[in-house]
Amino acid sequence: MTIAVAMSGGVDSSTVAAMLKREGHDLVGLTMQLWNQRRLAGKDGMPEQVQGRCCSIDDVYDARRVAEMLSIPYYVVNHQERFERDVIRPFVDEYLSGRTPIPCSLCNNHLKFDQLLLTARQIGAERIATGHYARNEYDSQRGRWILKRPADAGKDQTYFLFGLTQEQLARTLFPLGGFTKPEVRELATGYGLALANKPDSQEICFIPGGDYKRFIDAYLEEQGETVPDTAGELVSAGGLPRGRHEGVHNFTVGQRKGLGLASPSPLYVISIDRDRKRVTIGAEQELMRDALRAQRLNWISIARLEDEMRARVKIRHRHEPAWATLRPIGADEVEVRFDEAVRAVTPGQAAVFYAGDEVIGGGWIA
Amino acid sequence: MRPFLLEQFGNASSIHQEGQHARSAVEQARASVARLLGCRPAEIVFTGGGTESDNLAVFGSVRPGDHVITSAVEHHAVLHAVERLGERGVEVEFLPVNGDGVVAAEDVRRALRPNTRLISVMMANNETGVLQPVEEIGRIAGEAGVRFHVDAVQAAGKLGINVDSIGCHLLSISGHKMHGPQGTGALFVRRGTRLEPLSAGGAHERQRRAGTENVAGIVGLGQAAECVMRSGTQERMRGLRDRLELGLLQHAGGVNGGGAPRVANTSNVWFDGVDGEALVIALDLKGLAVSSGAACSSGASEPSHVLQAMGLSPDRARSSLRFSLHRQTTEEEIDRAIELVSSQVARLRELSAVTR
Repeated sequence: MTIAVAMSGGVDSSTVAAMLKREGHDLVGLTMQLWNQRRLAGKDGMPEQVQGRCCSIDDVYDARRVAEMLSIPYYVVNHQERFERDVIRPFVDEYLSGRTPIPCSLCNNHLKFDQLLLTARQIGAERIATGHYARNEYDSQRGRWILKRPADAGKDQTYFLFGLTQEQLARTLFPLGGFTKPEVRELATGYGLALANKPDSQEICFIPGGDYKRFIDAYLEEQGETVPDTAGELVSAGGLPRGRHEGVHNFTVGQRKGLGLASPSPLYVISIDRDRKRVTIGAEQELMRDALRAQRLNWISIARLEDEMRARVKIRHRHEPAWATLRPIGADEVEVRFDEAVRAVTPGQAAVFYAGDEVIGGGWIA
Repeated sequence: MRPFLLEQFGNASSIHQEGQHARSAVEQARASVARLLGCRPAEIVFTGGGTESDNLAVFGSVRPGDHVITSAVEHHAVLHAVERLGERGVEVEFLPVNGDGVVAAEDVRRALRPNTRLISVMMANNETGVLQPVEEIGRIAGEAGVRFHVDAVQAAGKLGINVDSIGCHLLSISGHKMHGPQGTGALFVRRGTRLEPLSAGGAHERQRRAGTENVAGIVGLGQAAECVMRSGTQERMRGLRDRLELGLLQHAGGVNGGGAPRVANTSNVWFDGVDGEALVIALDLKGLAVSSGAACSSGASEPSHVLQAMGLSPDRARSSLRFSLHRQTTEEEIDRAIELVSSQVARLRELSAVTR
């Protein structure tokens, strides 16, 4: 059986390749070319120089060197059109509609575990292996593939993987699921990988410098579109005008900085109303919510939610899952009622449901 | 080449005897290349490859205010050079091609302007093998008194080339496209054609290419030219190419550029409904080296500008593969290739039917 390793040129996926090679598997290394960093470079405040980011020539070079060292065939596949259609464009549109997108989940759903898996199968590989920190296993009693949190809780990436289908989980290997990051670096050193100490990637891969507002401006300019005018009022919860803002895409629920207001006590973005171009601001306690609705669901450990169910729910990547009761509404929506109110429920982010270490499923916060 | 890599390191521009020995080897190679192209040795400038030859011809000929005519299916070495000139205040015109990828010579005539400085049209296309009417264009250029550059990188070694019957002033060739070493090339520069060098620093190559000569590479290029002149016609390769196409056409949508005259070694085949990039990799893993489109800096393939200029849809461009034959290709290899491609294409079609 041939396994295609998704290689980014980073420590994790390189270690996966070396590990599987040691185990004697037949491997093909694949790197997805997803975005041309040069496209927007130098435009409207975007950095002139792009370096060390995903899809950069440097990372492809690193991945290629690892493949050479391991003597495995290696190819770069061009999935830029799909990435732009299924990740970049929705990312921009979500912000413009006053929501806060998660491009990594979109990339997992559409590129890594869909397009790349298809490419892998096209070239004759039956499985793909990635450097994600997660675990998957088949539970014969339930007859389902299960997604579980990894050994390294601090690197847990299951929040971004809630969209995986049974078919995708069945064809995917997460060889790092049982290791901690320091252990992986040690393994990498042991395998003789020169990049064992390469820093982790942090920001959104296609936004060098992390300034997503400038990215949106530059992208729309390149597309010959103008940023829609969503400038409007900053208001208090009671609707009292508190100031002006320059566009809803500049805000995320829970945001404190950049409101442009002087106030004796800290102010936060409470909610964003794209249609009325209003951004509601208020004190931190106004951010607390005891319920949310999640839509466009994907279930992993169960086929579907029939009745109410207890679960711990994570509403953003860095959020300690909170106890809640799930209640189905119609075919593709769930109401999540928390035992104790949670801070900053953010439309556009995912709500992912856990039973212990298992991912039950998840959906997008409405 | 070997003595100049392992034993003899004389600089061809030096006065000492080692240098003179290298110089004589370089001049022998120059004479060989000149015979291949039907020109005088003094009209050959050695370069670092086809791209450099093209660049030298384009950048060395044109100044701001000039007008340049080229075609939409040129190699990037010409296309991107001309595009860069366009950004620097040169008027540039990219002529369209017909469905088979052929430029109409009459379009060249119509595009002429009083300030037209250069016409650059390739002899054979590198992706499809399609031949351009360079002799007709040469006549038009001659009548108008305009400089004519021919990128013959893909044609050299496969077709007889005579710079006088083409009527060109500049003509590029590359070593590795005719079994010579990589990183070697030459530019024919007709006597009396003024050319601004790309590099400054020395009087090498009659002040047209500063830099110490790559003696071993040049000797290899000269040998490649000799081999080409000895090896005669392309009929055997053409027969194999036709056999390949006949076999592939049972599973393919068509041959891109198949309606036009082509060089004997290139075949660009459209496999409808198949992801060309995946097919290239699947075939490579089975030991068959083919290509699709052009490679970008990361090594991923990009949709072919040539096929798109021929009016083919992006889907068709993405589903097209280029097969290249060489002198040593055998009938058995062709039959094995047909078998391999057929089975992989069938597998990919089945897979896309399942996953759609």
